[in-house]
Amino acid sequence: MMRAPLTMETILEVNNLTMDFGGLRALDHLNIDIRKGEIVALIGPNGAGKTTFFNCITGIYSPTEGDIVISSPKPAGAQKRERINGLKPNQVTEKGMARTFQNIRLFPNMTVLENVMIGRHCRTRSGVVGAIFRNRAMVREEQAVVDDSYRVLEKIGLARHVNDLAKNLPYGAQRRLEIARALATEPFLILLDEPAAGMNPQETLELDDLITRIRDEERVSILLIEHDMKLVMSLSDRIFVMDYGKKIAQGTPEEIRNNPVVIKAYLGEEIDA
Amino acid sequence: MMPTLSEIKKSFLVSLWFMFLTFPIMVIRVNTTENLVLWRWENMIYIGIGSFLLSFVWRYMLWRKEIGKKDGETGSEDAPSFFQRLLSDRRYAIPAFVAGIGFVVIFPFVMDTYQTNIMITALMYIVLGLGLNIVVGLAGLLDLGYVAFYAVGAYTYGLLNHHFGLGFWIVLPMGAVMGAFFGILLGFPVLRLRGDYLAIVTLGFGEIIRLILENWNEFSFGPSGIAQISRPSLFGIQLSLSSSIIYLYFVMIGMVLFTIFVVNRLQNSRIGRAWIALREDEVACQAMGIDKTRTKLTAFALGATWAGMVGVIFAAKTTFINPASFTFLESAMILAIVVLGGMGSIVGVAIAALVLILLPEYLRAFSDFRMLIFGAIMVIMMVFRPQGIVANVRRSYKFQPDKHP
Repeated sequence: MMRAPLTMETILEVNNLTMDFGGLRALDHLNIDIRKGEIVALIGPNGAGKTTFFNCITGIYSPTEGDIVISSPKPAGAQKRERINGLKPNQVTEKGMARTFQNIRLFPNMTVLENVMIGRHCRTRSGVVGAIFRNRAMVREEQAVVDDSYRVLEKIGLARHVNDLAKNLPYGAQRRLEIARALATEPFLILLDEPAAGMNPQETLELDDLITRIRDEERVSILLIEHDMKLVMSLSDRIFVMDYGKKIAQGTPEEIRNNPVVIKAYLGEEIDA
Repeated sequence: MMPTLSEIKKSFLVSLWFMFLTFPIMVIRVNTTENLVLWRWENMIYIGIGSFLLSFVWRYMLWRKEIGKKDGETGSEDAPSFFQRLLSDRRYAIPAFVAGIGFVVIFPFVMDTYQTNIMITALMYIVLGLGLNIVVGLAGLLDLGYVAFYAVGAYTYGLLNHHFGLGFWIVLPMGAVMGAFFGILLGFPVLRLRGDYLAIVTLGFGEIIRLILENWNEFSFGPSGIAQISRPSLFGIQLSLSSSIIYLYFVMIGMVLFTIFVVNRLQNSRIGRAWIALREDEVACQAMGIDKTRTKLTAFALGATWAGMVGVIFAAKTTFINPASFTFLESAMILAIVVLGGMGSIVGVAIAALVLILLPEYLRAFSDFRMLIFGAIMVIMMVFRPQGIVANVRRSYKFQPDKHP
């Protein structure tokens, strides 16, 4: 396995992120940072607040307190730090952070290709007038959208399903299509919410390979929530562990494996169950 | 499927139930003048036998539908319909196309004014259906107040014509703009709503518009409406009644073609895909970088545009408008056209509009049973073909399998 050289350049910085739902504190002063080219895993027992964290940084929830700062490489060349709290989900995606969902959320009655084409939406511009008159710029853009989307599908290994409806894909392929769709938005960071959930060991192995390949070939950083410890340990450069909305540990897979706090909070529960 | 004993028993129970249900209306006849009660027992026997046999047909059809579902892994709902197969075969498509054009062109000259008028109405509903199809079929926003935009268009022409004497062709684009404006006006407050809640608010909106028109006498002349609206003129020439109906017929044909052209282009565009994505999954749609607010507002605006234009044509056709033409029943009718035709399918909506508008007219021969047959057809359609007459099929793209740019 070839690893891309790690730089110390931080692309996402989350400071003191807090999220209250009424009296319930789902996230409690969370600090997380992700560097360029890293695969980072976020783990923790059920209900620890991992998905809430995803929803906060992608704009689905508006955090109660704290900062989310990105150093977006978009537009190319201009590295600028930017606070993205309170942006809408589509604006966050436009900034270059794309996500998948824990319970697959494809567009079931659209074809596989169209699902990916939706991902190109925020990188294209043509509007109602262009759609009606089909001027040359619009036709060219439309063709580019089709070609780009097909290329993404080839990369993900779904090219032979282009014209199938998304709902007719096998489960594993649906999960991969979600990744393809996220990739089509040209992100610098992809957030994967339990990508291996429901997969068999063979599919999980392929997913491991796919994620590494995406990181290496597309130069995308990856933050994933996952319960499959084997996958997490083999993929991640660093791991953050959450429990009750707090970060309880962070470090390399090796450090996490031997961290007594983690074992108590997390693995201990697994043994009981 | 063999008629087993249990099947026969089921059908027997159904026929018993029907005999019981129809007993008061089919068997007893009270003659009030002579104070006689007439017992028509033979009717009960007909109903019993009829429903017994029909229940078999019914279950046989359901059974075939189930078999069809098991046959294809994709499910029968995705299988191309009869119409789609017919249209995709060139041998049939081209003659059918030519015959269609011929029919459309000679229709108003062969048929009388009454028939042409009905056809104009049907064409108007095609455009209304296609307009609502953008909102309901593509963007998945259940709009029960669509008739409000139709009313806005009609009153735009009615009032401008009454007060300022503006002509049809000047007001037609103004009607479109007014429709779009009111579409956005409705769109803003309902941005956060979906499903049932959205339906209720749009229903309320439709009623508000109608009630304003009914009660604001100084503005809209209340329930007495606006009369003597001028018919469309042909290059400034006023036409006689019958020729102006023929003229309006061709205006409407042009309008339908224009609508089909635009809606077809829209639904296979970036914006059309965004609408469908919004319908399929709102959260995922936003997470993929689509501006929900803007997408919803364009759907409402563009949908309402067509209603605004058809409203202008309606006012020009009837030369008289009042709020009674814009009740909830109209919205329901247009929605039925969209659902029956097949959400998001242009051909389906056009066929459904023709069927739903023309059928009740031609069924007048059956007078009393007209609406009964109409209702039965709707129920049967929804049971056996819930995806509509012509289900929307997504466009497919061709690629060379080994294309590596």
